Amino acid sequence: MGVEGIGASVVRKEDRRFITGKGRYVDDVKLVGMTYAHFIRSPHAHAKVKGIDSSAALKMPGVVAVLTGQQIVDDKVGNLICGWAITSKDGSPMKMGAWPAMAPETVRFVGQAVAVVIADTKNLAKDAAEAVVVDYEELPAVADVRSAIKPGAVQLHPEAPGNIIYDWHIGDEAATKDAFSKAANVVTLELTNNRLVPNAMEPRAAVADYDAAEEHYTLWTTSQNPHVARLVLSAFYNIAPEHKLRVIAPDVGGGFGSKIYIYPEEMVALWASKKVGRPVKWTGDRSEAFLTDAHGRDHISKAEMAFDKDNKILGLRVKTHANFGAYMSLFSSAVPTYLYATLLSGQYVIPAIYAEVVAVYTNTTPVDAYRGAGRPEASYLLERMMETAARQLKVDPAELRKTNFITQFPYQTPVIMAYDIGNFHASIDAAMKAIDYAGFPARKAKAKADGKLRGIGLSCYIEACGIAPSKAVGSLGAGVGLWESAEIRVNPVGTIEVLTGTHSHGQGHETAFAQIISERLGVPISQVSIVHGDTDKVQFGMGTYGSRSIAVGGAAIVKAMEKVEAKAKKIAAHALEASESDIVIENGEFKVTGTDKSIALPMVALAAYTAHNLPDGMEPGLKETAFYDPTNFTFPAGAYICELEVDPGTGKTSFVNFVAADDFGRLINPMIVEGQVHGGLAQGIGQALLEGVVYDGTGQLVTASFMDYSMPRADDLPSFKLSHTTTLCPGNPLGVKGCGEAGAIGASAAVINAITDAIGNNKLEMPATPDRVWHAIHG
Amino acid sequence: MYETTYHRASSVDDAAAAFAKGKDSKFLAGGQTLLPVMKQRLAAPSDVIDLSKIKDMIGIVPTNNGIEIKGATTHYDVAESSDVQKAIPGLAYLASVIGDPAVRYRGTIGGSLANNDPAADYPAAVLALNATVKTNKRTIPADDFFKGLFATALEDGEIITAVSFPVTAKSGYAKFRNPASRFALTAVFVARSPSGEVRVAAAGASQSGVMRVGAIESALTTNWSASALDNVKVSASGMLSDIHGTADYRANLVRVMAQRAVIAAG
Ligand SMILES: Cc1cc2nc3c(=O)[nH]c(=O)nc-3n(C[C@H](O)[C@H](O)[C@H](O)COP(=O)(O)OP(=O)(O)OC[C@H]3O[C@@H](n4cnc5c(N)ncnc54)[C@H](O)[C@@H]3O)c2cc1C
Repeated sequence: MGVEGIGASVVRKEDRRFITGKGRYVDDVKLVGMTYAHFIRSPHAHAKVKGIDSSAALKMPGVVAVLTGQQIVDDKVGNLICGWAITSKDGSPMKMGAWPAMAPETVRFVGQAVAVVIADTKNLAKDAAEAVVVDYEELPAVADVRSAIKPGAVQLHPEAPGNIIYDWHIGDEAATKDAFSKAANVVTLELTNNRLVPNAMEPRAAVADYDAAEEHYTLWTTSQNPHVARLVLSAFYNIAPEHKLRVIAPDVGGGFGSKIYIYPEEMVALWASKKVGRPVKWTGDRSEAFLTDAHGRDHISKAEMAFDKDNKILGLRVKTHANFGAYMSLFSSAVPTYLYATLLSGQYVIPAIYAEVVAVYTNTTPVDAYRGAGRPEASYLLERMMETAARQLKVDPAELRKTNFITQFPYQTPVIMAYDIGNFHASIDAAMKAIDYAGFPARKAKAKADGKLRGIGLSCYIEACGIAPSKAVGSLGAGVGLWESAEIRVNPVGTIEVLTGTHSHGQGHETAFAQIISERLGVPISQVSIVHGDTDKVQFGMGTYGSRSIAVGGAAIVKAMEKVEAKAKKIAAHALEASESDIVIENGEFKVTGTDKSIALPMVALAAYTAHNLPDGMEPGLKETAFYDPTNFTFPAGAYICELEVDPGTGKTSFVNFVAADDFGRLINPMIVEGQVHGGLAQGIGQALLEGVVYDGTGQLVTASFMDYSMPRADDLPSFKLSHTTTLCPGNPLGVKGCGEAGAIGASAAVINAITDAIGNNKLEMPATPDRVWHAIHG
Repeated sequence: MYETTYHRASSVDDAAAAFAKGKDSKFLAGGQTLLPVMKQRLAAPSDVIDLSKIKDMIGIVPTNNGIEIKGATTHYDVAESSDVQKAIPGLAYLASVIGDPAVRYRGTIGGSLANNDPAADYPAAVLALNATVKTNKRTIPADDFFKGLFATALEDGEIITAVSFPVTAKSGYAKFRNPASRFALTAVFVARSPSGEVRVAAAGASQSGVMRVGAIESALTTNWSASALDNVKVSASGMLSDIHGTADYRANLVRVMAQRAVIAAG
């Protein structure tokens, strides 16, 4: 490893600009003649829009236009799409209701836009919005899955009878039934996976600029995947053809999945910029983020696990109802199916699995992928199940897990996934050692003497990152390919630009990707710049989500580098009059092995561009592109153990210790990995203890601000003890697996298992607020 | 935010006069309540009269029988004041657990009391310590000041110029924070006067705002110790109930926080 190569904890290059306020975000974009959009949103969860009177607003100073849902329909702007087709058990396709960018007739969740005011300033737009009169006829609403599937419940979409989008299954029902018939013990568990608001630090924003002379659009937007945004905006929403649309996602302040989707507001801004003939800016505020950013999770599940007399798992049966909200968001359909049920084998040998998933419409904000996307739901269910089973079977929870761990790889689960590699014993052993698992009973006894209830909880997660290969996801219903691209430009003076189709919105790509180049060429990372987030600069790419950037995007960089190196070696060999096979690259030099002959990278690059003396037939230039389609998912896995105390007087939990032993394959920058794990753990712990969306019975969002929606703060969290047990991923050239979501996937079960252990009552839902814990203790 | 006219008052009289002139005036102190409400367009004062630069309204003055805190004194200054820490340690501690540092640097005692948020901290101290609220027109005993949720005895245009706290033998505060807002989910202030009178006030608990807790006062009058409250029953009826805390949970917290406040008071 070079000082700045793979494995070095290099300080992040991008942080100077972020921490000195020099980041350039969408809201920083200011264009001449720019107007401001303010959306008029439904205060009702379900209502007919009977009329919109904007006459008074249009007379107000500075008001440019009031545009409505009907106009967007009249202009033939396409409805929002869902990019993954799921087929129900009975072979029928999923039942998708229409979602126009602004509602022309019916609103189905609080916050859905019905019209937009465009004005000279933001404040004038807000003033005018108050003067627009919308005539609503309120309809009954259903705010939760149980009410939505009741016979006679109000129907959201005519396309989806009974409010059911699909009733899907996976696994072998008969084999699972058979497994249960042979069981010595059956453990059952019912649980809810609470709905979350992503709450990226930067709210969503868009600046749209239509150039009438060129018939060309530019959209600056808070996106995790600008190329996908361009594709969808052109191919499905008919707003602009791809070659006349440039999408720029500049610095973006966090996404967690919520900025994958192409939302109504971005569509409307783009459409409106042509209509009003001026640039349009929309910057969401925090209240709009609560109401309209796709929410995450929201499952109700029932699970049963069958064990033989030696505590070996025989089978698992799961039935899950997933709340989709009022519309199908872009990847919503894949989350509780192929990103959830396919992970239900966890780290265990489970010979038979059968899972059913019913997707349900409700009058709430649409739900989609949020950090972990389906895998936290699977992991939470399975890891609470293991703990519940251990208590019921009266065995140590660590022992029960070890008894059932998968130890032979590759391992084909009964639910599609083929795990390539792992070492689950290594991670649980490392975590148990780090927390002194053996010493826990003594610590518990001492805490008891102090009037505190102490508990310990484990969670052994496995997840799937870098969703791929394209052919496989295509056969499962995906509307896109899931490869990644990279272009490497070695400039004439030897500096290097890496263009990647992934997008960094906090992950540190500008550093980690540069380290890959530094490792291979031996150049300092200051010589390398990473270019991303602009469809005019970067070749097509699929963006960043599902911890795919290093496993798929990083691999594409390696592939492109291999091509660059091959050509550069030819040039070097030619210049040094040596054989190409004798050329090695060290510290930025191309050397002839066993001699002192060498040529530095800048000279090779210069030779490539002057083209005065290239090998016969070689094209000038030193620039290569690669598209990389993985052969499989990657499978990060690990063991988390949480030790905490509960105050019986108040039900408040305080952490004593939290240890994580993760296997992410090779670490490119351990410091960045650590940061990713910290953030993920914070979100997993947030879900377990603090965060939870609450709607009232009429579909009003109760947790609509930080006054009621509890985000984890630094002092809510313990000081994490992290470690790594490494098996290199055999599926990609870097041996990497991805680390962006693991913490959020594994943490919540560890926390809840620890609390239920402490209080001796397994009936506890997330978020385990002090009130809930106190009631679980005292009844 | 709607347009408004800002006035920086130089004296209490100046502030009162400016207030009277405006069509729909509001006083501004730390702005930690008023400004967020204005930004969300939930308040639209024609005139905003800033009290926070009036010299006479800032400071902490030891008096013959206690301590006087001027109306625009920040939470931070109260928390850090050695006079308050010495005379009424429970009060200094209370100020130190309001909101976060940014809120404490700007928010003021007068603003907090005038607002009388049911989950605010100061009202519990003012009520338990039997303080007197001084205004530009009169003095109001604590027992007469708080009138339910967000309601006080203040008349339109009346300015809290100071709050006067009598000496106390013991004072303690225990706050159970709302996990989201960090206001009091339920908090209890216990105080014992030099003559042995015990007053206990709970914030964040009752549907009618800050309240005295008779059952706990009498138990502590007999026996000033946490264990004296082991079997005290606090009724859940009339308690607030929301997603953060049900009524029975809050009733429990009143007792448990009172015990912890007694321990803190020593
Ligand atoms: C993030 C956050 C967290 C918070 N956490 C807590 C908490 O944990 N506990 C808590 O108790 N509070 C909390 N607060 C509120 C804070 O304590 C405020 O300081 C307080 O509510 C209002 O004081 P202010 O000086 O900011 O008043 P302002 O916001 O300026 O004014 C509030 C109201 O009082 C009126 N007013 C102000 N001063 C006077 C006066 N001298 N005489 C008459 N009327 C006056 C104003 O006209 C206005 O109606 C929090 C606030 C924020 C923003």
